Amino acid sequence: MVNWIWLFMIVVSVISAAVTGKLEAVTEAAFDGAKTGVTVSFGLISILVFWLGLMRIGEDAGLLRVLSRMLGPAVRFLFPDVPRNHPALGYIMSNMAANLLGLGNAATPMGIKAMQELQKLNPDQDTATPAMCTLLALNTSSITLVPTTLIAIRLQYESANAAEIVGSTIAATAVATAAAILADRWYRSRASRSKRPPITPTYTAPPSQSGKGGEAVG
Amino acid sequence: MRQLVEWLSTLSVWMIPALIVFIPLFAAFKKVPVYETFVEGAKDGFGTAISIIPHIVGMMVAISMFRASGAMDIMLSFFKPLLAPLGVPAEVLPLGLLRPLTGAGSLAYTTDLIKSFGPDSMIGRIASTIQGSTDTTLYVITVYFGAVGIRKSRYALKVGLFSDLVGFAASIAVCLLIFS
Repeated sequence: MVNWIWLFMIVVSVISAAVTGKLEAVTEAAFDGAKTGVTVSFGLISILVFWLGLMRIGEDAGLLRVLSRMLGPAVRFLFPDVPRNHPALGYIMSNMAANLLGLGNAATPMGIKAMQELQKLNPDQDTATPAMCTLLALNTSSITLVPTTLIAIRLQYESANAAEIVGSTIAATAVATAAAILADRWYRSRASRSKRPPITPTYTAPPSQSGKGGEAVG
Repeated sequence: MRQLVEWLSTLSVWMIPALIVFIPLFAAFKKVPVYETFVEGAKDGFGTAISIIPHIVGMMVAISMFRASGAMDIMLSFFKPLLAPLGVPAEVLPLGLLRPLTGAGSLAYTTDLIKSFGPDSMIGRIASTIQGSTDTTLYVITVYFGAVGIRKSRYALKVGLFSDLVGFAASIAVCLLIFS
């Protein structure tokens, strides 16, 4: 998909430039774009170095764990079909906490661990369970408290108030997440009403899963 | 409504300084050597910024060419009459299409808008908010389901795209509400 978008933009640019006689401008724009790309990425160094340093302090202090515990009730409500003592819930909470702090690098491994745990509860290894879809919905709309990258770019172009978008971003992301949760709930209820047998996994204690098929997960 | 606007701008003012002071204080209370830990974690920032250069350069080139060739204006001229009555700048529309598909592409386009119109223009603010408020749905699905071998994603894609659409509309609405 990305390949096509990229190719489309480049091909259309050159063709329309050839038609309108703007070929020189397009060549210049290509080099200018490359330059902007590097300048912007370098400009991100300052904020990323600072923010990741700050966040490491938080991680080492156990802030992710505290935040995870606070998210517990919400996570249990959103994942009613995952047994309460299942390790998947812990990973989901860590994933959400890391997303909240804008720690993409920490959030993804946690999310994948959570998926692997959810896959153990999955009767059909090819098809996503409702819990997996919910986890995905939470990650695609990811609530983030501080959009650091955007603040960095706005600073580079001399914004008078680079952080003024924090409030609008939190509001928009909250609405998007609420929409994701509602849509997810709606599909869940529809799935359980349809003829397809509802996916309610049977959970047995983690160490004794020897009976279940030979397929290795993860 | 006025109250909500005030509350959101207070949030903008306080969020970052609050985190900057709260996190180290909390950590010091937990007996973490704050400065050394900061330096240790900060090392990762450099690599992260450098590693995105190829993605951003690739997308920035395509988007700059697209704008300079006049193709962008032609495309936008179709949407302007539809969006103008709502007070929505047509320039942000391509961002709504790019955002769920490619993170680097939408970041490059946001940068292009901020560069062309200024970070404090309505377009710059809306673009920043859209870019910051949702994630790249297609990428997230590929990574998360790919990691465990799920091939049938059921309704996950639909939910993700729906929330992107809502986030897009909400970003525009919130910015028009707060910043005008």
